Amino acid sequence: MSLYYVQKLLYNLNRDPALKERFDTEQGAVVGDYDLSEEELGALRAIDIGLLYVLGVNGQLLMHFATMNGFSWDAYIQAMRDGLEKHGPVRAGLYAMVDGKGATSTKETL
Amino acid sequence: MTLVYAGTCCHAPGMTSRAEMAAPETRKQLHDAFARQRQALIDTGTEALVMVSSEHFANFFMDNMPTYSIGMADAYEGPIEDPDWLKIKRTKIPANPDLSLRLINEVMHTVDVCYAQEWKFDHGMSVPLHFLTPAYDLPIVPVNINCQNPPLSPLHRTWELGKALRRAIDLAPEKIALIGTGGTSHWPCTPDSGRINEDWDQVLLDQLIHKRKDALLAYTDEKTISEAGPGAFEMRTSLCVAAATEDQTGEIWFSEAIPIYATTCSITTLYMVE
Ligand SMILES: [Fe+2]
Repeated sequence: MSLYYVQKLLYNLNRDPALKERFDTEQGAVVGDYDLSEEELGALRAIDIGLLYVLGVNGQLLMHFATMNGFSWDAYIQAMRDGLEKHGPVRAGLYAMVDGKGATSTKETL
Repeated sequence: MTLVYAGTCCHAPGMTSRAEMAAPETRKQLHDAFARQRQALIDTGTEALVMVSSEHFANFFMDNMPTYSIGMADAYEGPIEDPDWLKIKRTKIPANPDLSLRLINEVMHTVDVCYAQEWKFDHGMSVPLHFLTPAYDLPIVPVNINCQNPPLSPLHRTWELGKALRRAIDLAPEKIALIGTGGTSHWPCTPDSGRINEDWDQVLLDQLIHKRKDALLAYTDEKTISEAGPGAFEMRTSLCVAAATEDQTGEIWFSEAIPIYATTCSITTLYMVE
């Protein structure tokens, strides 16, 4: 269970442009500092936003990671939807508190 | 002198980053309400603003997450987000570390708080300040309540934080305003971003202005997240200000669901010096 370290890496990447630069050029060395599973490493390597969401990464961290990797807002939202479709409900973290999809509104206005 | 003004306002980043995408009439009414709140700060002679917000992993993280934190820096800076995206220029924001120290010391008699001498504001502070103190000429004392990642503070403790802040503010010689920001329904940064539960929001605002303590403390996080989304955990910020102002009934100055801003934008006044 290393969701904490995935989120910590994203938190650090969001705050530290130099780390982000190293992440882009020598990712192996950067992720080595974090206790991550094979699945998490794969999701980070592939910038698989959908899988990261399903693994339980908080959107307030994930959104910035997506943006810094060139995702538009719409592409970011779509990636999470695709992730749910492909990998099933969110497995851990905040969104697993409800239905594992991030929402169960009783009434929606959109 | 004491508390001179208290209220709540929204901090949706869409209000600045996607400002022009809302209907012009709605946008005007929202801006008018912010202008009215700004004017209230001026009319009451506010000398310092205590702003209760919930940041979004800008400064605090799960390695040592403070449940409550109060700023005591010599100055703040914000926004931490890309200024071109948020459409708010990054700037220095004045502080009052001496007032911070006095508030923290008094609050600590009944509620444990962390203090922070370094604090970069994210949209949770920067968006309201952009509307309320556009010249950045009012010293700010930031207060943060962790509303992002459970375990979160029980609501009755957040109520006590509000009580403690009021007691501390009333002991200070300065004229102080207290504003809480955030807490209507939203599902930020999730596949359901843009969803709003208007009914839930209206009920919450009504409880807040009438300071219905029992009703407010009866909210549970399980129900809140399922009905109003994870963003609604931020109701703690408004609840805290309601607790601080139990002696007056408040007023809703603006409330409208604005899907392009991803939440119900609302502005309330919860206390005004007579
Ligand atoms: Fe927020």
